[in-house]
Amino acid sequence: MTTTADSVTGTPVAIGTRGGPDQPTLRKDTWWVEPVVTVAVLTAFVVYSTWAAFVGKDYYAGTAFGRDLISPFYSPCIANSCVPGSHSFGTLPFWNYSPALLILIFPLGFRLTCYYYRKAYYRSFWWSPPACAVADGHRSYSGETRFPLILQNIHRYFFWILLIFNCILTYDAVLAFRQPYVVNGVEHSHIGISVGTVVLVANAAFLWLYSLSCHACRHFCGGQVKSFAKHPTRHKLWKFVTPLNARHMRFAWISLFGVAIADLYVRLVASGTIHDPGFHF
Amino acid sequence: MADAEDKVTMRVWRGDENGGEFTDYVMPAVEGEVVLDVVHRIQASEAPDLACRWNCKAGKCGSCSAEINGLPRLMCMTRMDTLPEGQPVTVAPMKTFPVIRDLVTDVSFNYEVARTIPAFEPGPEPEGGYRMMQVDVERGQEFRKCIECFMCQNVCHVIRDHEDNKPKYAGPRFFIRFAELEMHPLDVNDRRELAHDKGLGMCNITKCCTEVCPEHIKITDNGIIPMKERVVDARYDPVAWLGRKLTGRRKKTAEEAAAG
Repeated sequence: MTTTADSVTGTPVAIGTRGGPDQPTLRKDTWWVEPVVTVAVLTAFVVYSTWAAFVGKDYYAGTAFGRDLISPFYSPCIANSCVPGSHSFGTLPFWNYSPALLILIFPLGFRLTCYYYRKAYYRSFWWSPPACAVADGHRSYSGETRFPLILQNIHRYFFWILLIFNCILTYDAVLAFRQPYVVNGVEHSHIGISVGTVVLVANAAFLWLYSLSCHACRHFCGGQVKSFAKHPTRHKLWKFVTPLNARHMRFAWISLFGVAIADLYVRLVASGTIHDPGFHF
Repeated sequence: MADAEDKVTMRVWRGDENGGEFTDYVMPAVEGEVVLDVVHRIQASEAPDLACRWNCKAGKCGSCSAEINGLPRLMCMTRMDTLPEGQPVTVAPMKTFPVIRDLVTDVSFNYEVARTIPAFEPGPEPEGGYRMMQVDVERGQEFRKCIECFMCQNVCHVIRDHEDNKPKYAGPRFFIRFAELEMHPLDVNDRRELAHDKGLGMCNITKCCTEVCPEHIKITDNGIIPMKERVVDARYDPVAWLGRKLTGRRKKTAEEAAAG
């Protein structure tokens, strides 16, 4: 047994010769399935969303289809190239590339710094570690103490920005109840429900659940207070988001699939590949 | 677990700091046993010199931590009938700590880290004595369930796979100790800086500590991540920094609080 000094207090810390079997892992179960599935799904999503972001078309199904559906990848549509009617919140005149490239950086940043996704990609992509009690894939390790991983600490700012996006996507979901049509050159609209409406409403709902279940949200709601008794309102908020937080992983995956499905569905409708079934009142 | 003759093969690591190997013991399978029962029967019959640490046999003392089929578990709480049938049951010592002999490891690393953590530090006692509301008492109860089996420390890859990190990393067991004290309304020490200094930033929240905890403490979600967020408040968040500058609010040190 040898000792070395603790870097902060100078207290000796035991560092002995490790015994036990010298093997990367003794596990014989299928621990590798989870990282493999995670890599497959996240890679598929990245490939699809990159293609969808760069393609720059078929992201809005408007009056020509009797619908008002916009892909979540392209909302808010603020580029010069946005098609008419696509829920513009103003236009950036200098941006002539795909509108999605302006937008996706924020959801991407939120998910990249999310405490759940960090676990998922540290395990599956970085093998640090690939699974519990399976050897780390790297010789040295400094965690999130240095650049660039120290930037994970800005997660809370992406959380606040995502709340704005959630409001916009909720607005889109409400507008999806519109079914516009043109008579004598004048646009009118019915109020109705289509599959596209349900898809966008579900997408917005799951994005809200994912955001509200975020650990940073739980911290702001009440996690940061020293005494719940002195902050009863924040305690109530904390009690509201805590059960959501326990399901953060589930909402992270569902909302990920949700945005991809919503984009794909709008794309299929906007390109005329499928008809969006629905009815109006 | 049991073959056609109702036997079970226990593959137990035997050795000390100089090395060792797995030894197979074929034992009669007995219904309702846990791994520790079989290890005790090995001691009583085939290997009286087999070393293992145990105490309560009820999952409350945290003594019999080992790696069963490669996963950190309490031997006394792992039923034999939950392990795959027809395969040897591997029992090895905890990997992160130095082996003394066979299944017994030297966990003094944890006690030495514990000594470096300042104890509960209340401010000056107000007239009428210290008071806490029940809701604040309940908040830290989860962390007090810890039985100090040190399986979270063992499975944490920060020190399991990187021995050189031990001097600068307290580990999940002590991060929930920081969380418990930081969330205690009467504790005046700034645990955020202490946790940061003891390597909280090295944790990459892969949650293995939570997965192996026999007390089902949500170590990562309820302890480490809330502490990380508090450290962000204290060190990394420019808006929080500006807020403190504008309002002049900051947490008192223990000495300042004691001085009133």
